Amino acid sequence: MEKRKLIDENGIRLDGRKWNELRPIRMEVGTLKNADGSAYIEFGKNKIVAAVYGPKEVHPKHEVLPDRALLRCRYHMAPFSVDERKNPAPSRREIEISKVIREALEPAIIMEDYPRTAIEVYVEVLQSDGGSRVAGITASSLALADAGINMRDLVVGCSSGIIDGQVVLDLNDIEDKEGSGDMPVAFMPNLNLITLLQVDGIYTKEQFKQAFELALEGGRKIYRMQREALISKFFGNTQPASAEEDEE
Amino acid sequence: MSAVKKNYVVETIRKAQMKELFMKSRRLDGRALDEFREIKIKTGLIEKANGSALVSLGNTQVMAGVKVSTGAPFPDTPNKGMLVVNAEVLPLASAYAEAGPPDENAIELARVVDRGVRESEMVELEKLCIVEGKLVYTIFVDVNILNVDGNLFDATSFAVVSALRTSKIPEYKAEDDKPKLTGEIIPLPVRKTPVSVTLARIDDILIVDPNAEEEAVMDARLTFTTDDDGNICAGQKGEPGTLTPLQVMQASDIAISKGKEIRKIIMEATG
Repeated sequence: MEKRKLIDENGIRLDGRKWNELRPIRMEVGTLKNADGSAYIEFGKNKIVAAVYGPKEVHPKHEVLPDRALLRCRYHMAPFSVDERKNPAPSRREIEISKVIREALEPAIIMEDYPRTAIEVYVEVLQSDGGSRVAGITASSLALADAGINMRDLVVGCSSGIIDGQVVLDLNDIEDKEGSGDMPVAFMPNLNLITLLQVDGIYTKEQFKQAFELALEGGRKIYRMQREALISKFFGNTQPASAEEDEE
Repeated sequence: MSAVKKNYVVETIRKAQMKELFMKSRRLDGRALDEFREIKIKTGLIEKANGSALVSLGNTQVMAGVKVSTGAPFPDTPNKGMLVVNAEVLPLASAYAEAGPPDENAIELARVVDRGVRESEMVELEKLCIVEGKLVYTIFVDVNILNVDGNLFDATSFAVVSALRTSKIPEYKAEDDKPKLTGEIIPLPVRKTPVSVTLARIDDILIVDPNAEEEAVMDARLTFTTDDDGNICAGQKGEPGTLTPLQVMQASDIAISKGKEIRKIIMEATG
C-alpha cells in the first residue's frame, strides 16, 4: 500500500493542524437526566457520552469491598461509530480499554469514602475518531464530579504519537491508523500524577520523552476546558465551555 | 492477576518488611531492586507445534506454542501475514485461577505482549503474503500460563518471542488462489527481538520483575517493550495506582538497559 504524507512541507497536518495543536473540543456536563452524573464530549469527530451511577448497592454481593467502593467501568463503541459496522458485543480491545479506564479513574476517587458500594462508569462512543479512550476518560471524570463523588483531582486524558517520523499531539483517526505510534496518557493535573499510559509504535528514547511531555502539555489545556465545563454547569455560566484551541 | 488472592492483613505486614529492606536496596527474596529472577528458556519441546517455548521466570512458568496455517488477511493489511497472540491462565496455574474464557487480565496480558511483538515488527509479516488481499500465512501464538508467581507479562513475552524465533513453517504457494504445500519447511522470517520489562511501584520504590508477593502489594505496574536498537515499541501502565512523570522516565531507562541484558539470554537460548 502506498503511504500518503500526513504532514505537508509547511508542517501542516491533513486536517490543517500544526504538530502541537489539539482538535476542536466541546464539553457539556449533566447531559443525561437519569444518571447520577453525566458528561458529553466532542473531541474532533469523537462524540462520546459518559454516565455515572452510584454509589449504589453492590450486585452480586460477594464482590462487595468492606473498606472501599468498587469501581466498575464499561467502555463501549456503538456499532455505527466506525466506518465498518462494529459488532456490538464487547471486543477484546473494549475489554482492555474498560480496564485501563477504570485504573485511570480510580486513583482520583476517594474510594474509602464509599465502603460497600459500587460506582459504575459507562463510556459510550457514539462516533469514534482516534483518541476515544482519552476523550472518554476526560468525560468520565467530569461525570464523576457531576455525580458529586469525592475526588482528589480531575483526570484528564490526552494522546500524542508519531506520524511521518515526527512527534505530534492528539492523533485523529487517519493519523492513528497510518501513523507509526500512538501514546494515550491520562493524569491528574494538579497532583501531577500519571494514571494511564499506553505506548504503541516505535519511539527512540528522545521521541518517547518528547511525546510523553507533549501529551501532558496538551492535557493541561484540556483540563482548563474541563474546569470551565464544570463551572458553567454549577454556576450557571451561560457561556458553554467550548474551546477552539487557545493558540500561543 | 486475578489468579492471586489478596489477603489484606498478611500483605500489610509483608509490605512493611519489604519497605524496610528497600532501604538497603534489597528485596524479600534477596534480589536487588533491578534484578530479574533466573530466566530459563527451553524451545522446541512441542513437536506438533511450528514453534514452542517453555519459559520460567523464578516460579512463574509459561508455555507458548505457535501454529501456522493460511487464511484471508485482515482487510486493512492485505499484503501482510496475520499474527494473533492469545493467553490463558490455566486453572492448574494457581489455587485462585478459574477455568473459563480469558478474563480482562488475560486479555490485557495477551494484548500487551501482542503489541510488543507487532509494533517492533519482529515478524516480517510482509514476507508472509501468498496472494495479496486473498491468501496469507496466519500465525497463532497461544500461551498457557502453567504456574503463577508474578510478572506474567514478561514471562509471556519471553515465551512468545522465543517460540517465534525458533518456529519453522511449511511453505505454501498459491494455485488458483488456493494454498498448496510445496513440501519445504522454512524458518519463520523474524528480524527483531523485542524484550518486555515490567516494573512495579511499591510506595516510591521501583522494582523490576515483581513476584506474586510483590504484585499483591504493588501500587502501580508499568511494562515497556524495547527493540534491538533500544527503541521503545510498547508500553502499558496497569493497576489502580499512579506514577510521577519522573518515575515513568526512570522506568523507561531501566527497561532499555535491562532489555539489552535479557535480549542476550533470549538470543542465546534460541540460537
